[in-house]
Amino acid sequence: MKILLSGNEAIALGAWEAGVQYASAYPGTPSTEILENFARYPGIKAEWASNEKVALDNAIGASFGGARTLAAMKHVGVNVAADSLMSLSYTGVEGGLVLVSADDPGAFSSQNEQDNRQYARHGKFPCFDPSDSEDARRFVGVALEVSERFRTPVILRTTTRLSHSKSVVDAEPPTAREFKPLPKFKRGDGMTHVIIPAIARRRHPEIEQRLRDIAAWAESAAINRIEWGDKRLGIVTTGIAYQYVREVFAGSSILKLGMSYPLPLEMIRSFAAEVETLIVVEELDPFIEDQLKAAGISVAHGKDIIPLCGELTLEKVRRGALQAGLIDEAPPEELPEPPALHVPPRPPALCPGCPHRAFFYDMARNKRKAIIAGDIGCYSMGVLPPFSSMDMLISMGASIGMAHGFRQAGGQEKAVATIGDSTFFHSGLAPLASAVYNRANIVVAVLDNRITAMTGQQDNPGTGITLQKQEGEHIDIAAVCRAMGVAFVEEVDAWDVDAVNKTLKAAMAFKDGPAVIVVRGACVFTPHFEPRPRLTVDPDKCIACGKCFQVGCPAILKSDEVFPKTGKHKAQIDPLLCTGCTVCAQVCPTQAITPFEETYRGA
Amino acid sequence: MIEQMNFLFVGVGGQGVLTASDIAAQVGVDLGLDAKKSEVHGFAQRGGVVESHIRWAKSVGSPTCEKGTVDILMAFELLESARWLEWLRPGGTIIVNRQQITPMSASVGDETYPPEEEILAALHTRAGRVIVVDALPLAERAGNTRTANTVMLATLSTLLDTNPAVWEQAILRRVPSKYADVNRTAFQLGREAVA
Repeated sequence: MKILLSGNEAIALGAWEAGVQYASAYPGTPSTEILENFARYPGIKAEWASNEKVALDNAIGASFGGARTLAAMKHVGVNVAADSLMSLSYTGVEGGLVLVSADDPGAFSSQNEQDNRQYARHGKFPCFDPSDSEDARRFVGVALEVSERFRTPVILRTTTRLSHSKSVVDAEPPTAREFKPLPKFKRGDGMTHVIIPAIARRRHPEIEQRLRDIAAWAESAAINRIEWGDKRLGIVTTGIAYQYVREVFAGSSILKLGMSYPLPLEMIRSFAAEVETLIVVEELDPFIEDQLKAAGISVAHGKDIIPLCGELTLEKVRRGALQAGLIDEAPPEELPEPPALHVPPRPPALCPGCPHRAFFYDMARNKRKAIIAGDIGCYSMGVLPPFSSMDMLISMGASIGMAHGFRQAGGQEKAVATIGDSTFFHSGLAPLASAVYNRANIVVAVLDNRITAMTGQQDNPGTGITLQKQEGEHIDIAAVCRAMGVAFVEEVDAWDVDAVNKTLKAAMAFKDGPAVIVVRGACVFTPHFEPRPRLTVDPDKCIACGKCFQVGCPAILKSDEVFPKTGKHKAQIDPLLCTGCTVCAQVCPTQAITPFEETYRGA
Repeated sequence: MIEQMNFLFVGVGGQGVLTASDIAAQVGVDLGLDAKKSEVHGFAQRGGVVESHIRWAKSVGSPTCEKGTVDILMAFELLESARWLEWLRPGGTIIVNRQQITPMSASVGDETYPPEEEILAALHTRAGRVIVVDALPLAERAGNTRTANTVMLATLSTLLDTNPAVWEQAILRRVPSKYADVNRTAFQLGREAVA
């Protein structure tokens, strides 16, 4: 049956078809839907881990027990898991283990554009690069076979464009399957799944040999294939770049690599010998190009014509091809100038009703008194106007450690760390322990919206609901902080502007080590969120002071009506968007904003 | 017989653009063609710009269109039609929903949402044909404002040499069964609006 599947849906299908029995992941765009889809198949266990290293460690335990397993994460998540990954290469695996790295060329929703093919070379294991959903599905199975045959971890590398594009896959609906207990654990000599210095030294040359063996296998593997065409031009390509190549260089000879590491160098060498000019087209780093050059294969063009930064597109590949005179076509028609119409930008914003709004409104007002170390989540939008109130932001869980370091190094201003609930469980616990231990006088604001929101509402240890929808105990963040020895811990209603302000003030005045405030309010997309009567602005009371605009709510619009004394626009509220959270009403100095029903009572 | 088509669906998060693009890609497959569709989601949950590429051909390579090669640009929000205009091939067709959703840069900031006449005039400088649809009132008449995307797909279906039943079936397969009737009505209203 021909169906359209996204790359992520196809990876989930491929994992299930190849007998993966256990998978673990931490959500992160563009990887999130892999586990969400895998979780729906019969006879498997799928879990959200609290972070990417935990996810990989879960998969390692499953593999050592003999199960086929998969761990999925976004590219920067692999950095978190890298400690285990590098040594897993040395121990090797039992059951096949695939680490899916979802890279983000173009940094659509990430902090950087790192090219995780580099991890394969760094860690000395293979990297598979699918070019569409059918590849993605099939390569999971091949990757697991390679993993077991060579007892190595493998990376399956996808990208945003692949993960979030749908293409045709020929698949049958899943049949029933039972979850099977693993065979009795084979203890062996007790040295197989451990890594200590003596073993590491013995294993290193074996890892080098393993890499040579995999490269030899790659020479005849079906996932690397040549599409012969005109031999005046040969293109070596991989991943999504293959799709641009086959359109721009239609009719030329193409060597499509299904695996970018280790390379089938003899196959490439003979391909190079057959074609007049050899070029490499790949996204981000010159990963293949550098390897070919190091092997003495003559590459006429690579990153000199194909951009190193940003996501590749048809236009970029075509421009490079034209620039180097590689294709014989008229340059794209000069398009008429776009008309002189200014289109206002539509930047992302905190949603109407968002529980982060009152906190950032307060932060924006008080920012001169404290520096704010931010973290990764929807609250990263605190960087943007009208709040513009985040002074540092770098990676998951970094807020607490940065605030700590700033203060301990002698920073004059107070330091506030803002971190979400999911991020707190991901990597906020260790830096909080460190802050307690070192008596760092910082404020930690845990913005607890009871969900992992930015990736599309995934549950986490704070909600107590698992990926496969089992309900259990949720972890109480305030209680955890108290147990860790934080002397000041207070919870506050996220939509109560005054209470947020007072609690923050009290936390900032606290002198004895870190102070934690838990700002509690459910994300508008969760079932816990309770919309209240929507609000409206009484134009007779509105003095166009602009205070409500400063809460940055998409539901608050400029009215056509102006306040005569200042000539400024009054406010109005879009009734389709308003959730009645009342943050705007609380900051209004003239009580002009009231529930809709109240205003019209008796009318 | 359609050989190949490039579509670009654009709008604002929450308008059902991605569901509509899933359906349009499925119609391509149902017509016996290869189809791909591509969008980027994440970060902006609600209120951000949404773009989705749909390509039909005998065999589709890139999942995204090339700038200046889009045959039909379908904008679910008025301003977005102008933002993506240069993706349209000169002489191509634009279907635009008259609905306006003010971006924060205009509602709070110093930007101005251009008047409808100016936006439509800009579209005409490049498009061979511009079809303005009142999708929201039609969806409301059908019984649910969330069927505005079905109204848009109905309009699109009138422009292509395809059996309308293929579109209707693809829509009904995609929406929850309890919304089948309201979507059927929205599809009819959308088709009649162009006729």
